[in-house]
Amino acid sequence: MSAPSVPYIRQTAGASAARFAKRTRGYGSERRPGWVTYLLLTVAIIGSILPLYYAFLLASSDASTIAQNPIPSLIPQGNFLENAGKVLAADINFWKALTNSLIVAITTSVSVVLFSTLAGFAFAKLRFRGRNGLLLFVIATTAVPTQLGIVPLFIVMSELGWIGKLVAVIVPGLVTAFGVFWMTQYLESALPYELIEAARVDGASMIRTFWSIALPAARPAAVMLGLFAFVGSWTNFFWPFIVLGSTNPTLPVALQLLQASYFKDMSLIMAGVVLSTIPLLVLFVVAGRQLVAGIMAGAVKG
Amino acid sequence: MATSTTQPRAGRRLPDSPRPPRRVGFSQTLGRWDVKVSPYLYISPFFLLFALTGLFPLAYTAYVSVYDWHLLGGQGEFVGFENFAFVFQEPNFWKGLRNTFSIFLLSTIPQLMVAVVVAALLDANLRARTFWRMGVLVPYVVAPVAVALIFGKLFADQSGLVNTVLGFAGVEPIKWHGSVLPSHAAIASMVNFRWTGYNTLILLAAMQAVPRDLYEAAVIDGASRLRQFFSITIPQIRPTIIFVVITSTIGGLQIFDEPRMFDQTGQGGPGRQWMTVTMYIYELGFGNQKSFGRAAAVAWVLFLIILAVGMLNFWLTRRIASESTPKQARKKVKR
Repeated sequence: MSAPSVPYIRQTAGASAARFAKRTRGYGSERRPGWVTYLLLTVAIIGSILPLYYAFLLASSDASTIAQNPIPSLIPQGNFLENAGKVLAADINFWKALTNSLIVAITTSVSVVLFSTLAGFAFAKLRFRGRNGLLLFVIATTAVPTQLGIVPLFIVMSELGWIGKLVAVIVPGLVTAFGVFWMTQYLESALPYELIEAARVDGASMIRTFWSIALPAARPAAVMLGLFAFVGSWTNFFWPFIVLGSTNPTLPVALQLLQASYFKDMSLIMAGVVLSTIPLLVLFVVAGRQLVAGIMAGAVKG
Repeated sequence: MATSTTQPRAGRRLPDSPRPPRRVGFSQTLGRWDVKVSPYLYISPFFLLFALTGLFPLAYTAYVSVYDWHLLGGQGEFVGFENFAFVFQEPNFWKGLRNTFSIFLLSTIPQLMVAVVVAALLDANLRARTFWRMGVLVPYVVAPVAVALIFGKLFADQSGLVNTVLGFAGVEPIKWHGSVLPSHAAIASMVNFRWTGYNTLILLAAMQAVPRDLYEAAVIDGASRLRQFFSITIPQIRPTIIFVVITSTIGGLQIFDEPRMFDQTGQGGPGRQWMTVTMYIYELGFGNQKSFGRAAAVAWVLFLIILAVGMLNFWLTRRIASESTPKQARKKVKR
């Protein structure tokens, strides 16, 4: 049996006993941690933000200052906009890369959410022959290093005439095993059978049931999945680098081009880094909470 | 459940008895067809796509690997295991293998240790806990390419910030790009930067699922914080630790972005001191040689290595899981 709660002690044994109970409470209950915990966490967070701040410092400086001193100054200088302008004007198609990244990331995340929810709905709530085996197969494929199939994948894309086109990057990411598994897990607990039955009784077709019942019920998990797909697509480098080439890059590919042609001007490269990271940082400020919740929810189930 | 029935209380499924009470009209046939086929239709996008972009390329890699196959010239003669023989006698292949495992170990082990500690810190009853959790996750939204560019500058051999700071402490400048192990450490630090926070949150979720009365019992028995951590927390979250290790194995052995971007030439250094296997695949297939056959051979070898390491992990998981750890509590403990 667990010990009586602090409010209970306050009621029965008085305020000072409650205070004592509160102080001697074990790890993980009401007790607040000491300042050492906060200090260590502050160090951890500084460690995770400092490299970004350093990038911004360099991006707001200029090449000659950086060459003389690796720490140009501790506060940002005024050259960021100028450097950013140079990056945008450089011959690496930065604007195009930005648009391309947006197109790819938005398309893949919408599609991943839609197809994963559709499959998750079937796996979680519909009965069909071979369901368990197929679901197991989906889970098993999350462990397959598909990146190693690039050579044939490249051959396929070249047969289709998709080399250098965005569709070559979009199509392989349209639906993921992780997404299917994720939505199956969520819908299993979040979508009551009664709702589906009610819709069916009212004469809704399967697809209508999915659209009007399952999809709205899946919204919280769908938002998280969409975010992960967006981040994953935005930061993806290996395959776009191989299949897109320099004429039609996404942002990470453009950063590689920037590095290859302007490696002497660190402030310019860092301006590119900052420019390409800002959209995701904005997304993080808006939806970081969801990302945290998503990672933690996925972990407990996994 | 979802068969069309006018009586919702009649159970999940109408028995397939030979006496349907009503006439079977066209719309009903359509409805039954809808029920039977829809599930397969809904899961088919994933299976089609996986077959086309996952399974087929992997299987076909084995096929390409036994041919003389050129990026531009296409399929050539059947050469048997010649491609494998060629790469096995290439010193660069073995260097790549060494570098990959070295970077992998340098990134996985310290990362896991830091993540467990930070997760334990976050598992306390913090004020503003969402702030702290979000704080450690910031690096996750920075692309590996961007991380590599920043860290490439931090770890520059001359005028790098790390060497400058070490210089204040009187340490001789380290050749972060020039020598083998330092370059691996620098690249591993990029991986650690991006993934430690992510794995911290996974481990934190596992820690929160540990039943709190275990700690209360330990406190009554007089166990210190440290003792609680090693005797309760670690054993309880062991399955999650193994999950994290497996996922970082699959990703870590295919590492490409960070070492590719560590300098502007992308060769993995003049002496190939940080060239990984995946970089080698790229170089064989899309670099100077343009030999798809050889690239496919290396890809297939790496696939088998990952499979072997994955199975080793799986075997370990099963052993450890059946040995001691009680099944993890499914519900998250809300506080």
